[in-house]
Amino acid sequence: MIQIQNVHKSFGSLEVLKGVTMDVNKGEVVSVIGGSGSGKSTLLYCINAIEDIQQGRIIVDEIDVHAKGTNQDRLRQKLGMVFQQWNSFPHLTVLENASLAPRIVLKLSKKEAVERAKKELNHVGLGDKFDEYPTRMSGGQQQRLAIARALAMKPDYMLFDEVTSALDPELVGEVLDTLRMLRDDGMTMICVTHEIAFAREVSDKVAFFHQGVIEEIGPPEQVIVNPQKEATQKFLSKVLH
Amino acid sequence: MEYEFHWNIVFDKLPQLLSGAFVTLHVSVLSMLIGIAIAVLLAIAKMSDSRLISLPATVWVEIARNTPALFQIYMAYFGLGAFGIHLSPYAAVLSALVFVNAGYLTETFRGGFLSIPKTQYSASKSLGMSSIQVYRYIILPQMFRRIYHPMTNQFVWSILMSSLGILVGMNELSGETQRLQSLSFRTLEFFIVAAVMYFLITKFVLFSASLVSQRLFRGDI
Repeated sequence: MIQIQNVHKSFGSLEVLKGVTMDVNKGEVVSVIGGSGSGKSTLLYCINAIEDIQQGRIIVDEIDVHAKGTNQDRLRQKLGMVFQQWNSFPHLTVLENASLAPRIVLKLSKKEAVERAKKELNHVGLGDKFDEYPTRMSGGQQQRLAIARALAMKPDYMLFDEVTSALDPELVGEVLDTLRMLRDDGMTMICVTHEIAFAREVSDKVAFFHQGVIEEIGPPEQVIVNPQKEATQKFLSKVLH
Repeated sequence: MEYEFHWNIVFDKLPQLLSGAFVTLHVSVLSMLIGIAIAVLLAIAKMSDSRLISLPATVWVEIARNTPALFQIYMAYFGLGAFGIHLSPYAAVLSALVFVNAGYLTETFRGGFLSIPKTQYSASKSLGMSSIQVYRYIILPQMFRRIYHPMTNQFVWSILMSSLGILVGMNELSGETQRLQSLSFRTLEFFIVAAVMYFLITKFVLFSASLVSQRLFRGDI
């Protein structure tokens, strides 16, 4: 379970998160929607400790993420993350991309790491690309590689940061299909997304971010279909036309 | 006016020329190895937030990049000599080349390092890698292939600039050529052969470097 409790985060004098509170239960899919600069992505970076926080607490399976004694490298093994820019490792093959971390972080034998990587790559439909270099693949394929690379660490949670935003429109579908598959596998996921229809379809909960706070949170039937708050209504009318 | 070439005398002295060529290669390889080691430190220093650390590195780089190599060699040989520090011609040329190589390579390394997107770091961290692992497996391999070709260029530059050793009486290829031609007065022949040897040395170095790069670097960057 991920517990986010009154989290404040500033970059210099700019306060991006102004007291965010939210729980994500095991097996839940939570979508985070909202305008640019509302703090959605920053929250993900705070959850896996790539960014620190100024106030509040984030607790992942009873571990306080930003507490002094926390081994954040070890904590991140629980938290897979996929980025807007897929961040493939360009000097490694697809198979090496997905097997590197299991080998050097989890200390699996090369054989085990490769087997695990192959399984995840097959899972996301890259079974014929093992020896390919990522830069020769499409954005959609690289994004699926990024997902497989994160899954090969067998994380308990997956954090998705606008994973379709940088893709050509015709490639969005294949990545969303992969996310649907993960949902069906029972993966706990937090998806920061601009794909409102997708959020409505897959989420157990939708959180609408506005000016650094969660303006509205609830099941998609409420937040997306029948929003209670004015800011949510305004935002949705803009993005849904 | 007819010039009559006499090549035999040059070929007779080929062993001496080759030993000069060996000294040329020797001093440039050494100047690269030491230069790289210093450049790594200078690049780290230059990226430091503390001006106390970055300033000396900046001064080094600026002087090395904006003054002639001839000046560096004179400073090392005659300049230090004026203070009672007497370097051999070899040591003077070596230290001048090291000084310049380190200066240029500092910028090459810094540029290579800054060219790796920060997101590669966060993506690696998100997989649970420690900072050392991120550098070892992700950042440095990418950086190394980006700076590899600028580095080989610097190597070629060192080989060619070591010819300035002629000015302080070093027995590298140019110095040796100078000595031999002054004994025989076959200036043109000796320097033509020396030029061919320089050409072959640099071509050999570039060719080896590209062979090595094909083995080391697969994939695109």
